[in-house]
Amino acid sequence: MTLTEKLLARAGGKMRVAPGENVWVQVDVLMTHDVCGPGTIGVFHREFGRDAKVWDASRIVIIPDHYIFTADSRSNRNVDLLREFVREQGIRWFYDVIDDPKSVWKFDAAKGQLKRQYGDAFAGVCHTALAAKGHTRPGEVLLGTDSHTCMAGAFNLFATGIGNTDAGFVMGTGKLLLKVPETMRFRLEGALPFGVMAKDAILHVIGEIGFDGATYRAMQFDGEGARSLSMDDRMTIANMAIEAGGKNGIFEFDAKTKAYVDARIRANGTRAAYEPVEADREQKFVYDKTFDLSKIEPTVAKHPDPGQRALARDCGDIALDRAYIGSCTGGKASDFLAFARVVKGKRVKIDTFGVPATPEVVRELQVFQMDGKSAWRVLEEAGVRMTENASCAACLGGPEDTFGRLNRPMNCITATNRNFPGRMGHKDSKVYLASPYTVAASALTGRITDPREHLPSS
Amino acid sequence: MSTILEGALYVMRDNVDTDQIIPAQYLNLVPTIPEEYEKLGGYALIGLSEAQHPERFIAPGELKTRYPLLIAGRNFGCGSSREHAPIALGAAGAQAVIAESYARIFFRNCVATGELYPIESAVRLCDTLKTGQIGRLDLDAGTLVVEGVIHRLKPLGEARPVIDAGGLFKYARRNHLIPVR
Ligand code: SF4
Repeated sequence: MTLTEKLLARAGGKMRVAPGENVWVQVDVLMTHDVCGPGTIGVFHREFGRDAKVWDASRIVIIPDHYIFTADSRSNRNVDLLREFVREQGIRWFYDVIDDPKSVWKFDAAKGQLKRQYGDAFAGVCHTALAAKGHTRPGEVLLGTDSHTCMAGAFNLFATGIGNTDAGFVMGTGKLLLKVPETMRFRLEGALPFGVMAKDAILHVIGEIGFDGATYRAMQFDGEGARSLSMDDRMTIANMAIEAGGKNGIFEFDAKTKAYVDARIRANGTRAAYEPVEADREQKFVYDKTFDLSKIEPTVAKHPDPGQRALARDCGDIALDRAYIGSCTGGKASDFLAFARVVKGKRVKIDTFGVPATPEVVRELQVFQMDGKSAWRVLEEAGVRMTENASCAACLGGPEDTFGRLNRPMNCITATNRNFPGRMGHKDSKVYLASPYTVAASALTGRITDPREHLPSS
Repeated sequence: MSTILEGALYVMRDNVDTDQIIPAQYLNLVPTIPEEYEKLGGYALIGLSEAQHPERFIAPGELKTRYPLLIAGRNFGCGSSREHAPIALGAAGAQAVIAESYARIFFRNCVATGELYPIESAVRLCDTLKTGQIGRLDLDAGTLVVEGVIHRLKPLGEARPVIDAGGLFKYARRNHLIPVR
């Protein structure tokens, strides 16, 4: 069996499962956020009763992250609905935006959201937060009301996105009927060359199989090239399995996984025991291809979908109005440090916005030194508008007052993961996906630019 | 459950994603709150470009559509896992979508909510059919008849009884998978 089949067999209490089989799976963690949480809770109460209790309050993780730094009253009401549910159910893993929900919290438009507006409990973008807070335990099944839940597959989990009704069902029963997907194998070899990031690799793969090339399927990344990738790299790749239509993305467990996960479980005090899965010798794939990482070049996905692959160096004629770095995919500390290496000591030519995925990333950037300056300062001095308000922000548009949102038609290059029409705001905008290196180099020139000429060579 | 659905067609092309079905700024509406459910319907498919879709799915100021049958190309409903997408279509009065293929989570959400039937066509229909034509969808026969021409559809299989029942919970109760209330 493949990694995904092994995980689903275990969670379904079976010796073996085969692709196409429907299995009742025991869920280890259910995650929801402010956009889908209130509806999920609504389904749960409607179906199980006003006084019903969730199946296991210790296995539900609630992370407000989408529409939180906004004056929009309905969005703020939605976070209140989460608070009420957390109190009613005694849910421990709730990463509230503010420490004291009773305090009066006001949006400060005058400061352009540049000032920190959250308390100590806040964790930032849900998928990055799940990992950072020790909720991604290898060998487990994690379901979330968000399509990029597949990011946790970087840690050897079966992780996938579900809708409110399915999530309401899980809240009440702890179980869900899942169809075992066929597995596509991407055997990675070699290592990423100079100027190329994991984002380029996944854009390359999606371009290869198409934006619906993995529909209903699991994407398994293994081989010596996969092991060479850092956990941040693996997260970027697993995150975008959904952009090829995949049900989940998954990596093998190794010493890097263990070190990352154990440190975060310890720091946050989450459940410590876990048992990774290993693939069998005999695995059946519907697709099996080797990709040499060392041959990948800086890649972009053009408007209007993530499968429109092109090489950055062939897109120099595309003029840009805006650059954006952030999101679960591209808002990690390693992403911002890569960006800072390119723009250090230079000035961006177009409006450039930076939104860290989590408060931890903010802290790391403010502490990390580059030639006697913090990385945060390097970015600000280059003209990047950085916000301390870690969140999804303009990755999915959001209310009009969202930081970095495309409020009029424009061309934007971004380190995020999705570029369907209207994704970042205005429906007549054009969005280009690229690595943090490529976004940074393009911010410097105002056109899509191969970053290799703009990077210091060591 | 009637097996015949009849009405005007609304024709779209490939890759209609969830941002076009219900743009992100309306996700602050909570589908289980009845007034907000109605409102979601009023915004259904508002993200489609006006240049390509001069006939709007929902006329300005309305909450319901005149087009109960949707036609689309490949990968309908791709993008986010937001259940607001099938719900907005269902709340607007859409009864079925007939596409060449679907994104997985959208398909699953149609079934779980029971909002509308996501049916696959045997061949691509979105290049030949036109918005406003009247279609007659026969779920049992697996056909769509438009102006006398019969178009074959693929069977819905195990998803059909769940949608017929009105979604996952009703189906699960009917089949004693969860306790009956
Ligand atoms: S950062 Fe973007 S992709 Fe990630 S969870 Fe938020 S909206 Fe979704």
